[in-house]
Amino acid sequence: MKIRIQRETLVEYEVDMQDATLLAVLGEIKTNQDSTLSFASGCRSSVCGSCSMRVNGKEVLACGYKVQDGDLVEPLKNVPVIRDLVVDMDKAYAFNAKAKAWMNRLTPTKAVTHLDEKINEIQSDCILCGSCYSACPVYAVNPEFLGPFSLTRVWKYVSDVREDDSKEKIDTIQSNGVWDCTLCNECTLVCPQGISSKSDIEKLRAKSAMAGYTDPNFASFGGGFGFDGSPSF
Amino acid sequence: MNKIDVLIIGAGGAGLVAALNAHAKGVSVKVITKEYPTRSQTCMAQGGINAALGNAGEDSVEAHIKNTLKSAHSIASEEAIRLLCEEAPEAVEWLDSIGVCFSRTKDAKIAQRTLGGASAPRACYAQDYTGLKILHTLYDRCLACGIEILNERFLLDVITNENSVCGVSILNIRSGEIENFESKSVILATGGYSRIYDKHSTNSTATTGDGLACAIRAGARVSDMEFVQFHPTALKGSSILISESARGAGGHLLNSKGERFVNELLPRDEVARAIHNEMAKGENIFLDIRHLGEEFIEEELPQERKLAKLYENVDPVYDLVPIKPVAHYTMGGIEVDKNSSTIVKGLYAAGECANHRVHGANRLGGNSLLELIVFGKQAGESAAEFALSLPIAEAEASVPRGVDSFFGSDDLSSPIAEAKASVPREIDFYRVREELGNIFYKDVGISRDEITLQNSLKIVKEYISQLPKMGVNDNSKIYNTNLIEFLEFKNMLELSRLVLKGAISRQESRGAHFRSDFPQEDDKFKMHTIVDKNGVVS
Repeated sequence: MKIRIQRETLVEYEVDMQDATLLAVLGEIKTNQDSTLSFASGCRSSVCGSCSMRVNGKEVLACGYKVQDGDLVEPLKNVPVIRDLVVDMDKAYAFNAKAKAWMNRLTPTKAVTHLDEKINEIQSDCILCGSCYSACPVYAVNPEFLGPFSLTRVWKYVSDVREDDSKEKIDTIQSNGVWDCTLCNECTLVCPQGISSKSDIEKLRAKSAMAGYTDPNFASFGGGFGFDGSPSF
Repeated sequence: MNKIDVLIIGAGGAGLVAALNAHAKGVSVKVITKEYPTRSQTCMAQGGINAALGNAGEDSVEAHIKNTLKSAHSIASEEAIRLLCEEAPEAVEWLDSIGVCFSRTKDAKIAQRTLGGASAPRACYAQDYTGLKILHTLYDRCLACGIEILNERFLLDVITNENSVCGVSILNIRSGEIENFESKSVILATGGYSRIYDKHSTNSTATTGDGLACAIRAGARVSDMEFVQFHPTALKGSSILISESARGAGGHLLNSKGERFVNELLPRDEVARAIHNEMAKGENIFLDIRHLGEEFIEEELPQERKLAKLYENVDPVYDLVPIKPVAHYTMGGIEVDKNSSTIVKGLYAAGECANHRVHGANRLGGNSLLELIVFGKQAGESAAEFALSLPIAEAEASVPRGVDSFFGSDDLSSPIAEAKASVPREIDFYRVREELGNIFYKDVGISRDEITLQNSLKIVKEYISQLPKMGVNDNSKIYNTNLIEFLEFKNMLELSRLVLKGAISRQESRGAHFRSDFPQEDDKFKMHTIVDKNGVVS
């Protein structure tokens, strides 16, 4: 089986493995063929988010993807490549702090029902693998966009019944935030945890509207109408 | 250059909790990790965190203490266990307050389930993502507090002067440069050493015991290294963990004949041994949770189902899951006192890399996440208090004499120079690393004896003598994982020797340490095995 890996140049490797995860194949190449091949890995069980990369243009976790003959393996997009498949996530992760994705006020234990738990259960499954960040087309035009995983994290806290002071978070996500998303849904399609940042962003837009904010894209066109005066939705 | 008050190495649960608590004392804090915080081993913990809340059935702190003591087989500190169990309800309450998304009961309380060796449903959980959700919430909390975290930096050594901490020497993995950080105190929170067992371990590839190896080199002691916990249920082909909660919920263990052969809810050492004995008879062992039903499995064990499908091509809802016991947690660790301090002034340790004497010969499921919170806090507060207590002259003085030459000297780069200079590379360390894992699994695993241990020690010593013939093939300065893996391998090799020394000297069976030639507990060995760089101390 042959796979091609985007390093400084495109390099082809041949391995004799069946039904193997991409991470196992990369490990085989590193330990038996070419010890200079660089990639990040950790848990092997799709929970640490280290080994996200792209296969044939789509973001995957190497530990959760079974290799096919002829696969093209590349590093994530929208982040600086340090070497081979290793990227620098510092700037991407810094958006969590910029978005103030945390519990704002720590209150003594509040009753949380089973239904309350379900509100943000899936959002709290996020492993910060950065797949959504890589797939997001907004970064091509706005490198300061808070981005899918940070906004999902904001929604996680905003929707948490234990958080009774979410105003600061809503204020924070107005610029380079919820309104910059194009709702293209690419983030949802690549998330290994089944999270839809797009729908979390929509929910945050609704919250923002309730807090008195309006879509600046509409505002600039005179109150929700397009160029020709017809209502735009 | 201002010294950092508290410098923390490792950004898993223990490191982040230490950072938050040191920060709360008003001191300067910096965290350094060889990965990123959310990639730490903590994220893999599935089962839960123990606290006698009594939300799902009658329970008490005393029962928690009693169960923990029993499982420890008389080599734990009752005082430390008491602290652990008494602090547990508050620890869980704090996690709840910062936003951890625990699973809930119908009456809006934190849900609890039963893990092995527990007399009550005591483990608070978040589906089977307990560690992940705790770790990420701690990370968010650190961001809220503005704690500085430096990623992808590998600990080379703790720098000391006259048995006092001066700082650390770090290899910046991205740049390949050595960076020295001066600090008043250092907390090691670097995790365990289960990867000695290589592919026969549930652990992350990063769990290579770097902090323990550095602590020994810095003059600290480690203890109880021979106690390695084997988790009964890892997927057979990949060693991926299937949580104990699968058995806690009523899962069965079956042999090839479809017969149950052990009470699945005994402590891990006993269940692992029972499986080991069946396998020695030629049986294949399976986990059966089919009778729990799809709804339950989806709700409580979603990760397990996904992993079993991916790695074994079986769906636990309909199929038996092939399993085997593999190395999962290392009870041994850096010797610390009741303030989490080592014998090196200003050096602290917490989490799996430390031995707070709460697990003894066998850790109970659900007690390690708890340990991170309770002792991470203790280490953070102790280190902060230590930094504040240093006389100003001593604390702010430039680096002590004799250490001047240490900072920025060529000596510090020696591990790297050595690794690179060792040409010709006649021996491939990746192959040796794999062999070491195989030998340890077979001969220093669930069952050991004098002959297998002595033979393994001979082999390890041979590997150590062959180190100059190993080394790295990659000469890149930038993100050289070949070099990092070699440095990790050297740390593991050193720790392997200490595991063997402990296992050889302990001529008895106790908890996870089972000697087929001495199958009984022996009061003569009712003590800790304490080792420093010169050998067994007591």
